[in-house]
Amino acid sequence: MTFENSILSIITFLPLLGAVAVLFVPGRGGASDNTVRSIALLTTLVTFALSLVMWAAFDPSNAGFQFVVDSAWIGDNIGYRVGVDGISVLFVVLTALLMPFCILSSWDSVGTRVREYMLVFLVLETLMLGVFVTLDLAMFYVFFEGTLLPMFLIIGIWGGKRRIQASYKFFFYTFVGSVLMLLAMMAMYWDAGTTDIQQLLTHSFPTGMQTWLWLAFFASFAVKMPMWPFHRWLPEAHVEAPTAGSVILAAILLKLGGYGFLRFSLPMFPDASAQLANFVFILSVAAIIVTSLVALVQEDMKKLIAYSSVAHMGFVTMGIFAGNELGIQGAIFQMLSHGLISGALFLCVGVVYDRMHTREISAYGGLVDNMPRYAFAFMVFTMANVGLPGTSGFVGEFLTLIGVFQVNTWVAFGAAFGVIFSAAYALWLYRRIIFGALTKDALKGMLDLSLKEKVVLYPLIVMVIAFGFYPAPILDTTAGAVEALVAHYSSSVGLETATVAAAAH
Amino acid sequence: MNSDIVSFASLAPAYPELVLAVASLVLLLVGAIINKERVIGITYAAIVLLLGLAVYVAITPSEGILFNGVFIADGFTRYMKTLVLGASAFALMLSLPHAEENGTHKYEYAVLALLSTLGMCTMVSANDLMTLYLGIELQSLAVYVLAAIKRDSGRATEAGLKYFVLGALSSGMLLYGASLIYGFTGNTNLQLIVAAIAIEGRSIGLIFGIVFLLAGVAFKLSAVPFHMWTPDVYEGAPTPVTAFLATAPKVAAMALLIRLVMDALQPVTGDWQQIIIFLSIASMVLAAFAAIGQRSIKRLVAYSSIGHVGFALVGLSSGTAVGVEGVAIYMAIYVTMTVGLFAFVLSVRTDAGPVETIDGLAGLSRERPFAAAIMAILMFSLIGLPPLAGFFAKWHVFLAAVEAQLFVLAVIGVLASAVSAFYYLRVVKVMYFDDPVARFEKVPGELTAIMAISGFLLVTYYFTVGGPLASVAHAAAGSLL
Repeated sequence: MTFENSILSIITFLPLLGAVAVLFVPGRGGASDNTVRSIALLTTLVTFALSLVMWAAFDPSNAGFQFVVDSAWIGDNIGYRVGVDGISVLFVVLTALLMPFCILSSWDSVGTRVREYMLVFLVLETLMLGVFVTLDLAMFYVFFEGTLLPMFLIIGIWGGKRRIQASYKFFFYTFVGSVLMLLAMMAMYWDAGTTDIQQLLTHSFPTGMQTWLWLAFFASFAVKMPMWPFHRWLPEAHVEAPTAGSVILAAILLKLGGYGFLRFSLPMFPDASAQLANFVFILSVAAIIVTSLVALVQEDMKKLIAYSSVAHMGFVTMGIFAGNELGIQGAIFQMLSHGLISGALFLCVGVVYDRMHTREISAYGGLVDNMPRYAFAFMVFTMANVGLPGTSGFVGEFLTLIGVFQVNTWVAFGAAFGVIFSAAYALWLYRRIIFGALTKDALKGMLDLSLKEKVVLYPLIVMVIAFGFYPAPILDTTAGAVEALVAHYSSSVGLETATVAAAAH
Repeated sequence: MNSDIVSFASLAPAYPELVLAVASLVLLLVGAIINKERVIGITYAAIVLLLGLAVYVAITPSEGILFNGVFIADGFTRYMKTLVLGASAFALMLSLPHAEENGTHKYEYAVLALLSTLGMCTMVSANDLMTLYLGIELQSLAVYVLAAIKRDSGRATEAGLKYFVLGALSSGMLLYGASLIYGFTGNTNLQLIVAAIAIEGRSIGLIFGIVFLLAGVAFKLSAVPFHMWTPDVYEGAPTPVTAFLATAPKVAAMALLIRLVMDALQPVTGDWQQIIIFLSIASMVLAAFAAIGQRSIKRLVAYSSIGHVGFALVGLSSGTAVGVEGVAIYMAIYVTMTVGLFAFVLSVRTDAGPVETIDGLAGLSRERPFAAAIMAILMFSLIGLPPLAGFFAKWHVFLAAVEAQLFVLAVIGVLASAVSAFYYLRVVKVMYFDDPVARFEKVPGELTAIMAISGFLLVTYYFTVGGPLASVAHAAAGSLL
């Protein structure tokens, strides 16, 4: 057991240990609930600290996987393999970063079944971390699909009025998409003879097979992302989920799809990716324009942010399949930044929801009078969501747009509309909630941010602005791995076109 | 023909069956003479005996072919017999609480269960069409009586009678198929049948025989379209009896089917494969859709078991060693889930008696959080959701199907599992999302223990039993081929 081969396992399974501890807290009611909350908070904080230690020890100049453990486990087809590279390391940090905020934000707002609540959140954290660190194909599926279980319970038990329909919809959309991916993974195992992702990355699959595998993976990732038109589950799930559930859903679970495209679709099926890139571009641009317009007419705050998430994910898929360094760097940056921003926006909605118990936009107005601090925080995140230069939202959108511009100008042209529309819906939302006259009596008694809410929101403000001005820590970490990925991708695709050209002669 | 039994020690491969036969007779005698209050001791004795035998079979490698070739013991029979004996033992444990109410307090219950288990072990070890029939009949006849053991209950006797009539019909078909195979190959011994087919090639009579034979076995497995008895019998029979007939006999019938098709019918793989693929698809799809409308927990379990037989057959459809390994793992996990499931069904009671409808479980998670949590784990595992054991079961069987390039079967299978998720999730929804309407009674200790064991194994499968089970199943499948 050295630091090198144990750190990832400890980070991944520490929350699970916390979950077991939560299970065995004696007693019921107030006192034990507080113990449970403290254990959950402590576990997530330690996990976050460890993830920072891991990031510090991570060597960005090394494009390969680090902290690797590789051993066979069940039969010869499922192993215990972990490791991170430049693409996955920051998602681990992001997940670990957001979990303490989720626990804090549900400290007071979740009063029923606290033990079960913290339990499923800690289990969920292990599963999400597992997705990013695992280097085994079968275990990737285990973690990826495993996240359905806690999320189904979170929406279904602690959700709003129409929670049952929302939880079912969430479950079935993702489940049906994923089972096809499962079969594709099995076919990959028989073709390559291993489920080790490191070896699969160097294996070249037959071109005809690649298209089928790509489509099967697409079925899963496009739903998870979600890409238009597979996004129908998302607004409902977001609206009905409790605040922390929405944060996790928007900030981490949506990124699983993007991570999957980067880890599997692009490097393992390069020919299929090149062939189908235009298809992805069309869906991405459609997502950016259509869902932005849909967001404009929403009456419900959470729904509006949910649709804006779909639009922002459009930039990510577009950047990934641009297949060049700028595009992919931008896509990863956009995912991380969207994780912070959308998480923060849902937390902001949670702040007013806890006071008013409604998400109707029309129920609010003029909050700036009573809640100046809240108005400031909400403004920063709204601007970041729009992509104002100086916030992290700008960097991701700008990089993906440049990346795709080199490949297909029209796609960049279409996607640029998203920037305009997002300004429209986000600023209009802000105006309706924060500005205007404070006429509604119910709103007059509302208090500004409490200490816990400040602890949650202020660090996010700092990060969103800091990464907007100085994105280097993120871009430097991802650069090595992205460079290797792009080199691999363009050489595979280039090789293919060369042989086609040779055959034509 | 000279006997191949030269000494008592040469019977070693058949020791478990001999012990079971002698013990069931001894227990029958003891049960008849001891005090009525103490007859429950007979059940305890049977449980201890079955567990002991399961451990014995698991750790003692004794292999060989006995009785002039009608009885076989190898790595595969060891695996399956351990499973059968263990499943019987746990099913008997489930009969202990509320024994009076279910009619399982009589000593005949344990004795019949032992005899049925003896029949199952014979099925697993059958190496001849006659042993096969003998085993099936011994197993079935005992279970027919068990289903109707609650004599004064109309539902139970109806279930027993229904089971008997349809079971007799299927036995007839099986026998007819066996006689056709004998007629066209001239042998009843499985190895000799292989040799005969290899020399003479396949004939139309042989194919007819295979169809009838497989139909008979499919009835015992309750694979669609021979499943009609299952929901009625599961619902009507006392719950501990349902638990018994949903676990061990399924394993035995599956073991017998595997031996039959992978061994005796190996030369005509293409022919039986079509039948198995049809049974598999029909079972998965019908169970997935038919279960949606069910209101009774036991009927739901019945359709769920039909569906799971379909999934297990996905592995067998491939006709490869990987497939057999997959089915072996699948059955072990299926038994673990089913035992836990019935422990749950027996444990949820209100003042008015056992809860029988799904809606009756409303709000269980608030009053009996432990039982509800285990049930939720079981439901998610039955869906095949990772990281629970049910996922790994499906992984192994579908892996075999994909290797054999049965893509259509695999796609239909995974989509059926998505449909089946609908009714499993409804149980979770009722327990966790709905508000309680009734007060639930305390759960008896032995049921809590069984649920805890089942839940623990399902949750920690990847860390604990997964690796060892896969290697044991691999060895078992290897010994068959």
